[in-house]
Amino acid sequence: MPQEYLPILILLALATGFAVVNLGVSFFFGCRRPTAEKDTAYECGIVPETNARGRFSVKFFLVAMLFIVFDVETIFLFPWAVVFRELGGFGLAAMTPFMLLLIASLIYEWKRGALEWD
Amino acid sequence: MELPFFYLFSVGIIGASILMVTRANVIHAALLLVLTFFFLSGVYVLAGAEFLAVVQILLYAGGIMVLYLFSIMLMSVDVAVRLRQFHRQTIFAMATAVLLALEIWMVLSRGTSYPAFKSFGWGIGATPGNVEALGSVLYTQFLFPFEVASVLLLAAMIGAIVLAKRTIDR
Amino acid sequence: MIAEIIAATLKIVLVLGVVSLVVAYLTYLERKIIGHIQMRLGPMRVGWHGLLQPIADGLKLFLKEDIIPSRADKIVFVIAPIMVLVPAFVVYSVLPFGPNFYITQVNVGLFLVLAVSSLGVFGIVMAGWASNSKYSLLGALRGAAQMLSYEIFLGFALIGPLMLAGSLNLQNIVQAQSDVWFVFYQPLAFIVFFIAALAETNRVPFDLPEAETELVAGFHTEYSGMKFAFFFLAEYANIMAVSTVGIAVFFGGWKGIPGIPLPGLVWYLLKLGAIIFVFIWIRATLPRYRYDQLMRIGWKFMFPLVIANIFLTGLVKLLFL
Repeated sequence: MPQEYLPILILLALATGFAVVNLGVSFFFGCRRPTAEKDTAYECGIVPETNARGRFSVKFFLVAMLFIVFDVETIFLFPWAVVFRELGGFGLAAMTPFMLLLIASLIYEWKRGALEWD
Repeated sequence: MELPFFYLFSVGIIGASILMVTRANVIHAALLLVLTFFFLSGVYVLAGAEFLAVVQILLYAGGIMVLYLFSIMLMSVDVAVRLRQFHRQTIFAMATAVLLALEIWMVLSRGTSYPAFKSFGWGIGATPGNVEALGSVLYTQFLFPFEVASVLLLAAMIGAIVLAKRTIDR
Repeated sequence: MIAEIIAATLKIVLVLGVVSLVVAYLTYLERKIIGHIQMRLGPMRVGWHGLLQPIADGLKLFLKEDIIPSRADKIVFVIAPIMVLVPAFVVYSVLPFGPNFYITQVNVGLFLVLAVSSLGVFGIVMAGWASNSKYSLLGALRGAAQMLSYEIFLGFALIGPLMLAGSLNLQNIVQAQSDVWFVFYQPLAFIVFFIAALAETNRVPFDLPEAETELVAGFHTEYSGMKFAFFFLAEYANIMAVSTVGIAVFFGGWKGIPGIPLPGLVWYLLKLGAIIFVFIWIRATLPRYRYDQLMRIGWKFMFPLVIANIFLTGLVKLLFL
């Protein structure tokens, strides 16, 4: 039923319009007096020395990777949960190897220390 | 009734994609890719594949794009992009584009008489209750690919951890 | 067809207006309640007992100067608050406020809520990056990692009640709780859901990404004026949205206790008030978790818990129900 999704589209358009109009009006009504100090990045009062876009820790990348793998698992679990009543025992037996393999990946990460100090 | 929306989404996809591949700033290109995914999920909704539309947003826009962003930030790619790179690959790019255009033209000219459309037996958007239909088929008929998917995920996870730990321990 | 569009637009404008107003007064309510818990009075000057405080705050933020850091990426800097605010509002399109009180009901309602919430992460990362400041970027990355992790636990926690309800349509889930609310069938799932909701909305004890004493102000350090207001609007709108989802999935939505005749909307508002009060109460009471503690209890404690809940629910449902 694509018609049911039309209000979502309208809401998206209205919310974006609300945000843009708000920002626009605020930009016109607010004062604009840029000075050099106001425009530099805040670093507790001292002048920023190094470029903010340095390199960072690969831990964040690992968390994003974990998120994707378990997100795919979530995507598989949702339709399974919806038809669980019809599938019955066969459904539980079908899902168990899937979940066990993913629990194995969780245990692997745990042992390898990928979940540490993050 | 659905036709104006289809045109809207298609124009959006094409426009956003063209803008995306012509941006010099990689972050802007990533944002335009997210816009493309939005319009794409709109097309999925029009085709009756609501579950797939939401998966597109959840996984692609919400997950994979965040991963892209993290990679861009980790590798400071946006600095390197100012150089004109990969000049030699223009010929290959043109050849691939021509091949892709030929394939698309072939599919479009045959329309729904393509054999693959008939074998599944569902028309586009025929079933109400997209999720129930998907669930009833995925865990019964297509059980083996589903289990294989979990092995794939395990392999991806192990690969990511091995690579990441190597960088941490270095 | 046109009539449907107009009706939908009117409903949307009504819901957006009410949500914005409630979100603004939520800030006032929070300051008052935290004040009273801390044995002081909270805002008292603007209007009677400070009731006009949110309006004064809104006007102030509206008229403030819009500072964009010189080395910031201007386009992304402006788009980021919009990317955080719009998903917070779009979630309201599928939420059931009463038996006939909703904007629309779709077959994949609960899933859509999860998907749209995951877009908020994107906006936060953009905000941190565009500010071109070390504090902002680190705060944004930590916030993103926290929200990504707890989003998974949120999804898994919802699987339990979903197995009992058999539908992703939020109205159907509410209807499936006609006899017993799911919180009594799935207490474990509810606890994990509540903690994950606290982490998703960046509330204490998980508010490290935006805490005032950490990293200056996290990812919204460089923001001023209306853009700053958007981040807060989005946060409170998210709190309301995730509370509504929790009420719909665990507490019977707009269904009431049989015997007391009140309209469904009123029951929903009562439950919403209770949950938001608990959110504010927790903010006034608990200290903040350190970042590694936060990730550790998530992945090592809550995740196994919620996986066990899924298996347990499956077994019990097969053997008994």
